[in-house]
Order: sequence, then C-alpha cells, then structure tokens
Amino acid sequence: MKLPDKSTSMAEAVSRIPDGAVILVGGFGMPGTPFSLIHEIVRQGQKNLTLIKNDANETGMGVDHLVTSGQVKRLITSHIGLNANVIAKMNAGEIEVEFCAQGILAERIRAGGAGLGAILTDVGLGTELAEGKQQVEMDGQSYLVERAIRADVALIRADLGDLFGNLAYVATARNFNPAMAMAADLVIAEAETLLPLGGLPPDEAQTTGAFVDCVVALPKIKKEYGVVRR
Amino acid sequence: MSDGNMIDARTRMVRRAAREITAGTVVNLGIGLPTKVLDYLPADLPVCLHTENGMTGIGPTLPYDRADRNLIDAGGAYVSPVAGSTYFDSVASFALVRSGRLDLTMLGAIELGQKARRVVVMTTHTDRKGNPKLLSRCTLPLTARGCVARIFTDMAVVGVTGDGFPLVERAEGVTLPELQEATGAPLHMPAGDVPVF
Repeated sequence: MKLPDKSTSMAEAVSRIPDGAVILVGGFGMPGTPFSLIHEIVRQGQKNLTLIKNDANETGMGVDHLVTSGQVKRLITSHIGLNANVIAKMNAGEIEVEFCAQGILAERIRAGGAGLGAILTDVGLGTELAEGKQQVEMDGQSYLVERAIRADVALIRADLGDLFGNLAYVATARNFNPAMAMAADLVIAEAETLLPLGGLPPDEAQTTGAFVDCVVALPKIKKEYGVVRR
Repeated sequence: MSDGNMIDARTRMVRRAAREITAGTVVNLGIGLPTKVLDYLPADLPVCLHTENGMTGIGPTLPYDRADRNLIDAGGAYVSPVAGSTYFDSVASFALVRSGRLDLTMLGAIELGQKARRVVVMTTHTDRKGNPKLLSRCTLPLTARGCVARIFTDMAVVGVTGDGFPLVERAEGVTLPELQEATGAPLHMPAGDVPVF
C-alpha cells in the first residue's frame, strides 16, 4: 500500500481558491503565518476574500499585503492592535472587522473541524460580546451559543511535511495551525521542508495528511520568516 | 511627577506585582506591563509561566541575534525555553485557561478577562493626561464583568468592591490625598497604617 502524493506547485494550489472565499490563515503574530501562500494570492489577485486569522500581523507583513492590495472584504480576528494600516482601513470603512475573543475563536474553529454546529460558553455573558447571540440555560447555568467556524480554505504553515500532507510544527509556530487544518474544505499547507513518504515518523506528525489537500514545498525561505527587529 | 520619578514608580510597581507570584503556581502574564514581571522573579522560584500562544515554562527573553524566529510570547517578545518547557496549540492553550488550571493571571488593563482562579491587573494609576483609570464604572465596553481581585498601579495596590477600592498599600512618596485625587471612585482606608511598597 502506498499513500497518495499531494505535493502541488504553489501556483496550482492557490489557483484553486475562488473569488469570495472564506479563508482560515494560520499564525499567531509572525510564527506560523504562511507568508508564501499569502504572497501567491496577492500575485494571482483573488478578490472579496474573508480572512479568519488570530491577528492582522503587522503593517507590511503577512495578511497586511492582502489588505493593502484591496483583496480583503472582511476580517474575523481576535485583535489588530499591531497593524496601524488595518486599524485605519477599518475606521475608514474600507474593510469590515469582526472581533472574537481569542480562546473562543480557537474553539469555534476546533468545533468546525470536529463536525459540530456550535459551542456553549459563559465567556462574554452580560457584556457587549453577547449581543445578537442566542443564549441557553442548562443545569441552572447560562451559556452563549457561539457558532462553529468552517471555511472554504485553510492556509497552513508547517515546519515539516511529507508528500501525503502529514505535518509537524515547531515551537510557538503551531498556534492555530492544527485546528485550522481540520476546519476547511480545501486545506493547503506550505512546508519549510518537504520529506518523502516515511520521512516524518508517525509519532511526530501533528496533523494527519488525511485533512490536507495540497502540500507545497518552499523553494527558499523569504526574509519575512525571520526574526523581526522592532 | 518628573519622568525620572515615573520610571522609578513603574519599576516599583512591577517589583511589587512580582511578589504576588507564589511558588508552585501556573501563571499567565498579560501583554504589556505584566510581562515585565518576568525580570523581577527570583531565579529559584518554582513557577510555571504560561503564554496563550502555546507555551508553558517561559524562559528569559533573548536578544535578536540569538532569537528563535519561531518562539515568541503573546506580546511578540522572543523568549526561550527552560528545562521542562512544552509547546501546544491554541485550542489546548485556552482549554488550560478556561478549565481553571491557571492560578493567577496578571492583565494589562485594556485586555480580555480570563478565567484564572485569581485575576489581577497592572496599570498606571492615571492615563497620559492625568485622568484616573480606576473609576466607579467603566466607560469602555466590557468584555468580562466583576472578575478582578486586585489592581497594582504605580501609586497603590487596591482591592475591588462594588462601591470603591479598598486601599491595600501605597507607593513610597505618594500621600493619601494625592491617591484619592488620582482615583475616580472612593478609596476605602484600612484600619491602622497603610503599608508602603
């Protein structure tokens, strides 16, 4: 038995993303952000995108390129405080921003990946975060209903990948990547090092390639992946 | 206050807040002032520091030339591991937070509330224009209600009740009238002398 080869060129993988797609993007700050896939979307020019990402990176980095190029209609995120460009565009009404508490964002994505419709939580009860959300009582306790998130596309960044799309992450570059890799119909992963089948020991793969549709090898690592000197 | 005194007051606040962290606990240090507490913890204190981007066992911050590009804390500082550190994803990280495994979380004021057993806040006592930040009622939108046990500022340590702030300690050189003047709600005086930090 041999596992299928899902290695795909960068251009081919990204060309499967349609205009108007809802896209999960891995990363917390710079680590774990799929910079190369993001640049390819800028090059191909898909429009009216909805991005779901923990944060908006920083001005001139990561998803900011897509915001600057005008390809993003809506951003669902936990904070944008490090990106003055996105704050300005939100205030000018050029981009819609929906905020979601970070832990709830992670759990909504996990639920979407796990085939669930929603989660129940007491986080945000009695605050502005509860507005417009259904509330249920269970065992004498109130909960907010937070919808699961499932997207058209997930853009994942891994340190190691094999040809089947099994993935391994390093350090704090893991963050939202494993949950997002389970929560989209088209999962594209960029791997810093792409290994042959068997190159990634079964115990070390953190995402099974069964969730992954395309794995893209990076020819070279851009400067953007490096240490940011602020 | 001159700028020089302000730096001293800030250092004093951070040093005082560091004393709030006790042996054997799991602690989340929020973005901003709280992360500075790391520099004032005794090296031999057994404590597990958590950062929500997916790490327990945070070690010292590294200079850029020695930094690991894949290893930051939630504030973006390049940190290092210690013996026994682990990494995990955002789902596990917030499972730890919501299931009550954090003994203490130390927040900067404009942040999300968390579900630690004890939540404390570090903030300057007044904003840049000198207006009080400790108010009878918050004016910015709340994201969590009634969760804070104690507030550490550059002027005082206070508790939190529904009708004001019980004064616990005052910073060296700050008088009680100055303190009330800088606070936007009644300060409740303790019986006896107010300890100084």
